[in-house]
Amino acid sequence: MNKERARPSAPVLAKVVLGFVLAALYVPIVVMLISAFLEKNAEEVHFTVRWFMEVIQDAALMQALMNSLLIGLASSCVATVLGTLGALGLRRNQKSWRHSVEGLSVVSLIFPEIVFALSLLSWFFILQFELSRTKVILAHVSFSISYVMMTVNARLANLDASLEDAARDLGASTWQIQQQVLLPLLKPAILGGFVLSFLLSFDDFLITYFVNGVGQDTLPVKLYTAMKMGVSPKLNALSSIMFLMTLSVLIFFFRSASFRVLFEESRGKNGSNTEEKNL
Amino acid sequence: MKLRDFFLLPALLWFLIFILAPLMIVIVVSFATRGTYGGIEWTWTFQNYVRIFNGPYVGIFFESVALASLTTFLCLVLGTLVAWAMATSSATLRSLYVMAIALPFLTNLVIRIYAIRLFVGVEGPLQTFLTFLNVPFDPYALTQNKFLVLYGMVTTYLPFMVLPLYGAFEKLDFTLVEASQDLGAGPWRTLFKVILPNLKKALWSGSLLVFIPSLGEYVIPDLLGGAKNMLFGNLITEQFLKARDWPFGSALSVLLMVLLLGVVVVVQRKGRVRE
Repeated sequence: MNKERARPSAPVLAKVVLGFVLAALYVPIVVMLISAFLEKNAEEVHFTVRWFMEVIQDAALMQALMNSLLIGLASSCVATVLGTLGALGLRRNQKSWRHSVEGLSVVSLIFPEIVFALSLLSWFFILQFELSRTKVILAHVSFSISYVMMTVNARLANLDASLEDAARDLGASTWQIQQQVLLPLLKPAILGGFVLSFLLSFDDFLITYFVNGVGQDTLPVKLYTAMKMGVSPKLNALSSIMFLMTLSVLIFFFRSASFRVLFEESRGKNGSNTEEKNL
Repeated sequence: MKLRDFFLLPALLWFLIFILAPLMIVIVVSFATRGTYGGIEWTWTFQNYVRIFNGPYVGIFFESVALASLTTFLCLVLGTLVAWAMATSSATLRSLYVMAIALPFLTNLVIRIYAIRLFVGVEGPLQTFLTFLNVPFDPYALTQNKFLVLYGMVTTYLPFMVLPLYGAFEKLDFTLVEASQDLGAGPWRTLFKVILPNLKKALWSGSLLVFIPSLGEYVIPDLLGGAKNMLFGNLITEQFLKARDWPFGSALSVLLMVLLLGVVVVVQRKGRVRE
């Protein structure tokens, strides 16, 4: 990287707003994290890990955690395979039906979540499909594919097309090009897409809540139901655990640089392409 | 058929079965009739659409549009300033800021709302503080109200505005900003005459990314607004889960999608003309 030019600094107001926004985003979360470690008696407040122990010993919550992990892993595996293949299939494809794939992937991105949830609910009802955990996995795959495609596409758009031409000139078959040239170059983007779709699945509340019916609750659904009753120290601990899980995935992901694919690599020469898909 | 066409096939099939088919089903169901005990009867009618325009539903609809527009506007103003401050800081700080903005975006919405409720709740820090200051307040009016809904909406959707804008700022040629300052323009003149025209595309796409989900939002008004705050997303949900009137709920969903489609088309056309 060459040394970057100086950037004239923004007015003070912009910096103040940035500070305010970060405070607005984080103060409630920090309060939650602190309260999860506090126990209040009539007189005094002291430090405790009791609430965390109670969460861990709660069999229903642990069952929900297992469900969340299982659904997250299953759906992100399927979504990553389909999304990666889709992105590779779109590359330099002249067929007219590539537009239907692109169009549908945009539709799935801009679909209001609530309509997505209700349309799947109606669809499974009409199909008389009953297995709730499978329904949730199918639903999560459906909204994750486009994110994987977007991530891999952003990387593909920045690859030099002459790499493939060179491989072809050297006698590589289409299969060999995909396998030995494109896939290794795409590894960070594919990993990024996988982690992103896992997080999306792990965090999803609305679609799971609707599609699931009465069945295999995930952690967010459990939290939502419990929250209707009000706040409690045990819920602070549960929410803190879930927040710290997301944070650790993000830190790992951020360090691995595949995270940048999402927000930064789309800035390249062909960036306009991917930005449109962001819509 | 080439190899890459085979690669495309599974994703296409999946989209057809789990995106397009359900979408079509909603459109079809919106013309069906509600069964006596809920569920769907396949008798065709326009009644569901007529009903939307007779009754309190239009008001709810406009209230949702107003809230979504206000959310988008606030995100636009705050997002521009935040992205500007982020993009002009040092390289290390920049990536820290991106992470700080992306973390809430990837954190579960229910957790973030839970944290907000804890913060404003009975015996929460805010109420303790107000008691300490001897400010009189109604403890239950504080926990659920319109302002909290707006706060929840803006903090939830702000990353959708900041991240594209930050990306555009990164691409911006900052020598233009220097030139503008050398020629005597103040920071606001530079913002409106030099910076914003270069960010047009990101501004439009950020606005769409905020407006679309906030129009159909269900969880935030449900948990932060209390029962008084019926918005379009809650209305649709109620039809499906409580009233069990799927055809009417479907008609409402179709209306929502048609409106959003209209907004997307208009915004895309704007973006194209300007280029």
